[in-house]
Amino acid sequence: MKLTKLLTTAAVALGLATTAMAQDKTKVGFVYVGPIGDGGWTYEHDKGRLAVEEAFGDKVETVYVESVAEGPDSERVMTQMALDGADLIFTTSFGYMDPTINVAAKFPNVKFEHATGYKRADNVSTYSARFYEGRAIQGHIAGRMTKSNIIGYIGSYPIPEVIRGINSAFIHARKANPDVQFKIVWAYTWFDPAKEADAAKVLIEQGADVVLQHTDSTAPQAAAQEAGNVITFGQASDMAQYAPFPRVSSIIDDWAPYYIARTKAVMDGTWTSTDTWDGIGAGMVGIGEISDAVPADVKAEALALKASLADGSYHAFTGPLNKQDGTPFLAAGEVADDGTLAGMNFYVEGIEGDIPQ
Amino acid sequence: MIRLEKRPQPSRAFSLATPLLAVLATMFFGGLLFFALGKDPLASIQTIFWEPLFGEFSFFYRPQLLIKGAPLVLIAIGLSLGFKAGIWNIGAEGQYIMGALFGAGVGLAFYPVEGFYVFPLMVLAGAFGGWLWAMIPALLKVKFGTNEILVSLMLVYVAEQFLASMSLGLMKNPEGFGFPGSRNLQQYASAHNADLIAGTGMHWGVVAAMIAVIFAYVLLTKHRLGFAIRVTGEAPRAAKFSGVNPTRLVLICMGMSGLLAGLAGLFEVSGPAGQVTIDFNVGYGFTAIIVAFLGRLHPVGILLAGLLMALTYIGGDIAQSKLGLPAAAIQVFQGMLLFFLLALDMFTNYRLRLGRTEAA
Repeated sequence: MKLTKLLTTAAVALGLATTAMAQDKTKVGFVYVGPIGDGGWTYEHDKGRLAVEEAFGDKVETVYVESVAEGPDSERVMTQMALDGADLIFTTSFGYMDPTINVAAKFPNVKFEHATGYKRADNVSTYSARFYEGRAIQGHIAGRMTKSNIIGYIGSYPIPEVIRGINSAFIHARKANPDVQFKIVWAYTWFDPAKEADAAKVLIEQGADVVLQHTDSTAPQAAAQEAGNVITFGQASDMAQYAPFPRVSSIIDDWAPYYIARTKAVMDGTWTSTDTWDGIGAGMVGIGEISDAVPADVKAEALALKASLADGSYHAFTGPLNKQDGTPFLAAGEVADDGTLAGMNFYVEGIEGDIPQ
Repeated sequence: MIRLEKRPQPSRAFSLATPLLAVLATMFFGGLLFFALGKDPLASIQTIFWEPLFGEFSFFYRPQLLIKGAPLVLIAIGLSLGFKAGIWNIGAEGQYIMGALFGAGVGLAFYPVEGFYVFPLMVLAGAFGGWLWAMIPALLKVKFGTNEILVSLMLVYVAEQFLASMSLGLMKNPEGFGFPGSRNLQQYASAHNADLIAGTGMHWGVVAAMIAVIFAYVLLTKHRLGFAIRVTGEAPRAAKFSGVNPTRLVLICMGMSGLLAGLAGLFEVSGPAGQVTIDFNVGYGFTAIIVAFLGRLHPVGILLAGLLMALTYIGGDIAQSKLGLPAAAIQVFQGMLLFFLLALDMFTNYRLRLGRTEAA
């Protein structure tokens, strides 16, 4: 058993060596959870890939595989990229975490970058964006603009990433409008236009006139447009085709600068394993143009909030805040530390309903 | 005029040739599709069918074929028994999930106790979970005459909700920082369904799939139950006269297909997948329906069909990353395979005639 393992490892290493010699281009692989035409999450990652190609021209070669299921399939796709001589592989979904670590252990000379996870290794970095900063701005606009005082929220999976977004949006919606209620629907998918449209319709029928989404398709935008009096925000991508109404603004993930910097680091041999969590200030989170459907004073407030988040003078989770059950979370003036934010698994006070268990 | 004429006897030659012709037609029209997308059709077809088997890295892809094919074959064998008898279990995906949950549940309950008995208990629990889930539509059918197609399909969605609930609640990894998903069974030696010989992809699920193929073959050709299954599917009235008990047959066929699907889920969750996650199921239960028909509901055919489907998945991924083919084109390609199979299937029972008189 030992011998065969040794042989396989040797064969893998050999395969690597031959391909590495055959090319002097830096090869960068991308593993996507959705189709590149999803108009949201994967679309933005692919824009980052194209930016890498543009930045380095023929010094770089990029490859990608889209709609890769999390689990053994993703492990196979990553291995295949590594075998084919990739020097750097970006795995762009939370569920790729264990597969990324497994494959990275087999290919110590290939660098891996896993989005939104928490497991690192010598050749595995993690990166994510502080989307919750954008959620604060959405929450503020939503709170100021709702007439029914009911804000609908399409959650994907009840993971800290999504719960953080809900809390941030809620805190700032309540600040702008103390009567605001949140209605949350869990879609259990990142990308499923049919399910997302259903979720949006359910929320609209329950009286929501603002629909926030943490899923990646434009289906909720279309549902809002049909309803006529409901506003939405682009998710992951600008979704500008629904501007100026119902889409009044958006959170845009801008991975391009990060992808270019990391590719450069591999080329220069300066790549090290890091954990990056950037927000509006560093440009990883962009706020799409706030459309004219938003009153001028609300827009000005939103932009001021954006500026204070960007320069660090304000943190989206600043006390006094209680948890949903009334126990204290942050004292007045205290801000949440990154550890708490990273593993956030509770609602803040005022949100109704339970996080699915 | 060209018209269709019913054959007096289904053509055995055509029945055997259809899968092969379907593959060839898929290659041809798939090639046209890839050409229309601006890719070299020959290189694309070669990448999909040749690369995983004989390419530079086939030492990695060949074991992957077993890993991807084993659950398909295991589930499809179970389904084929029912399909042969006209019992339509469409919910193997749900039984696969429940098998994984029951099996992983037992494993996680023992954590971190190491012992030789952990994995066998998990296997039993996995088989039981799948069997139990299939018994619901089976009992409802024999007691109340409900339609097993609908009930078993709907139970897939119930099982998915269970899966989500388990990943987020009861089975959530307590050391997972609040993220969903169970502990990774690959890191728990007693529960890990590892490769029996490292690097070969031969895990217990592959062994089970092979045993299932042999078992089904013997059952169908030598055993009384196999006779009952065949005769019920081909001539239900004759089956009644020959003393086949339809109620028992439904329970047995549904039970066996559920059991095998449950086993497939258990072997997957404890091996290649490693953990219970919200997205654990990736459609093996549905793809296995295609595999069962592609293999003409014959055990050996299913074995080959399972490996062929696995090949198109693995080759499809390679084609995506090497040639930049979009995932959707690969899916169309796989869809063509089933389409041509069904279309060509017609010629088993009908033949083309160049008519002269009647129509003119």
